[in-house]
Amino acid sequence: MPLIENGQIIEDRFVRVTDEDALPEGVPVLIGTDRFLKEAAALKGRQAPVGIIWPNNRPIAEIAPYLDQLSLIALNFPSFRDGRAYSQARLLRERLGWTGPLRAIGNVLRDQFLLMERSGFDQVDAVKAADADAFDEAVHRYTVFYQPATPDERPSLLRQRLGRTVSGVPAGVPK
Amino acid sequence: MYVYDEFDRAFLAERVAEFRDQVGRRLSGALSEDEFKPLRLMNGVYLQLHAYMLRIAIPYGTLNSDQLRRMAYVARRYDRGYGHFTTRQNIQFNWIKLDELPEAMAALAEVGVHGIQTSGNCIRNVTTDQWAGATPGEYDDPRIWAEILRQYSTLHPEFTYLPRKFKIAITAAPQDRAAIKVHDVGLRLHRNEAGELGFEVLVGGGLGRTPFVGKLVRPFLPARDLLSYIEAIMRVYNQYGRRDNIYKARIKILVHEIGAEEFSRAVEAEWEAIREGALKMTDEMIAEIRGRFLYPDFAALTDNPPELVEALKDERFVTWHANSVHTHKVPGHAIVTISLKPVGAPPGDATADQMEVVADLADRYGFREIRVGHEQNLCLPNVAQKDLPALWAALDAAGLATPNVNHISDIIACPGLDYCALANARAIPVAQEIAKRFADLDRSRGIGRLHVNISGCINACGHHHVGHIGILGVEKNGQEFYQITLGGRADEKAQLGTLLGPAVSYEQVPDLIEDVVDTYMELRAGPQELFIDTVARLGVEPFKERVYAAH
Repeated sequence: MPLIENGQIIEDRFVRVTDEDALPEGVPVLIGTDRFLKEAAALKGRQAPVGIIWPNNRPIAEIAPYLDQLSLIALNFPSFRDGRAYSQARLLRERLGWTGPLRAIGNVLRDQFLLMERSGFDQVDAVKAADADAFDEAVHRYTVFYQPATPDERPSLLRQRLGRTVSGVPAGVPK
Repeated sequence: MYVYDEFDRAFLAERVAEFRDQVGRRLSGALSEDEFKPLRLMNGVYLQLHAYMLRIAIPYGTLNSDQLRRMAYVARRYDRGYGHFTTRQNIQFNWIKLDELPEAMAALAEVGVHGIQTSGNCIRNVTTDQWAGATPGEYDDPRIWAEILRQYSTLHPEFTYLPRKFKIAITAAPQDRAAIKVHDVGLRLHRNEAGELGFEVLVGGGLGRTPFVGKLVRPFLPARDLLSYIEAIMRVYNQYGRRDNIYKARIKILVHEIGAEEFSRAVEAEWEAIREGALKMTDEMIAEIRGRFLYPDFAALTDNPPELVEALKDERFVTWHANSVHTHKVPGHAIVTISLKPVGAPPGDATADQMEVVADLADRYGFREIRVGHEQNLCLPNVAQKDLPALWAALDAAGLATPNVNHISDIIACPGLDYCALANARAIPVAQEIAKRFADLDRSRGIGRLHVNISGCINACGHHHVGHIGILGVEKNGQEFYQITLGGRADEKAQLGTLLGPAVSYEQVPDLIEDVVDTYMELRAGPQELFIDTVARLGVEPFKERVYAAH
């Protein structure tokens, strides 16, 4: 499963560790929420980075007290049709002020890359290798959007009309 | 009429290109049918009983004549020469081949028409009053606000994979012709005591297998806060709506399970956090969208011109005029409903020829504008009264002047078992047979306003719960049976119908409906008391006694 960050395929330096296994020393780990919450106090002393997999049925606001301890947040798409993590991502970015890496995991497919990017994800863990190769094409299919969203550099009609981007309607916007 | 700009056109072309690519990947096997399904649905492509179906959005029911003509072209070139107008102000083509779909879509996109978000678990085509902008007494043109919502909701990154579909309707007139109380969100535009424009917000209405009338969550929402408030509703729903059971996933179930008060509290809390954010609309922004709506340059005319007075000597014209012509807010003009319910034909169907006739008549007499109403009829919203006689003659010649609007034969019916993969029973032939029984115009005029709604399954696309007479097809031991309800209504006094009694067989339905109508004719307090009012006054019991005694 290729990991893509900001359009580039990158090495995943985080090791996923199940709830039963011991945490390896000196290596960035990605662990489940139950374990993290149980061991949160102890994990404060850990030198190597800790990432968390936050479930999509748990209110994202509950993560707030722990953000300082985290180096990565992964949100889950159990099926690509289950869109709860889009709201979690936007709340993390816009309400809770999370600026660290935000990763989409689970049933992550090409036709949702753009939605993920616009909701605030900067990493996607693609299921299919061919999808990862098409990342650039997938997220640049559209030159215009109607509504403002999290990290939008492309013009949105509402934003234009709110005067937040260059006024006038661009005929074709360079990527 | 809303005029698309470069922005809209660029988006639409990119959307067509994306779908072409997705179809290509489906055909090559890179996408499984399971992966492809939500993608095609969000472009309006269904797999029906016999073929793929393409559902085209008609945003807030407004079309120009070029768009209608292009639909006629698509009907003829890619389908079997006709289209079907739906209760969601959309049109469906039932026989398009998958490999020709992108081509048909590209042809439609050239005139700014598309199937985006006419299906799938997203915010669907926003609907409103088909008389918007033309009827007297509106607080504002609701299409302005529907267009703002259309833009906001199109390919919304956060709300494209909701628990279930999401339907919003808006009304701005005292009479609700948009059925807002049976939508996921219903918006009633009005002014508060200070004269400010705003919305009454209802949430959690809907039909289907668990029907509810929408609940009031906010009596007055300042109009400029519409988008942030809708976003708050959507965000609460997206996170907390049920996803474990498709039949319990609509927002009405969430509102019902946690209660309107608790739901409203969650929405208000979310709204507080975002109401001053990027979605707050300024007067300039609203004015700009308003400015993209072009209104007819109405001539200064007076009511009842000599041409009309002369024509009103013709009894057939009088009948049509009394039935299908409605008051316009501009003197000397009228709103004309075009019945797509000729007796014996499938409700809501129009042939390519008929679409072209209507498009030409809109050019000649209606400022190029056509509307689609949720009752599955068309409408020319802006016609000079002096042109009514000529318009009528042309409509009559094309079989489009059946004067049965709001009569018992003006039936709303879903496609039913003739087309639909979900249906348990036929709906169209039931509608056709009932219409035949009441084909006599004197009789149907004597009965007066009476809405019959027929659904071929519990999903209720024919809105049977809110029909004055509702007919629901069910399957029992491999046979079609029909449950009858009385007293439903979809207007500002919306309520769900009451079950009349045990289900009856397909063959028994028309007789039973005749018995119900005969009972009404006997029991009504006078010709002025509508069917729905008699049912409200007496309940269903007297109908039940009569009808089931006879069978």
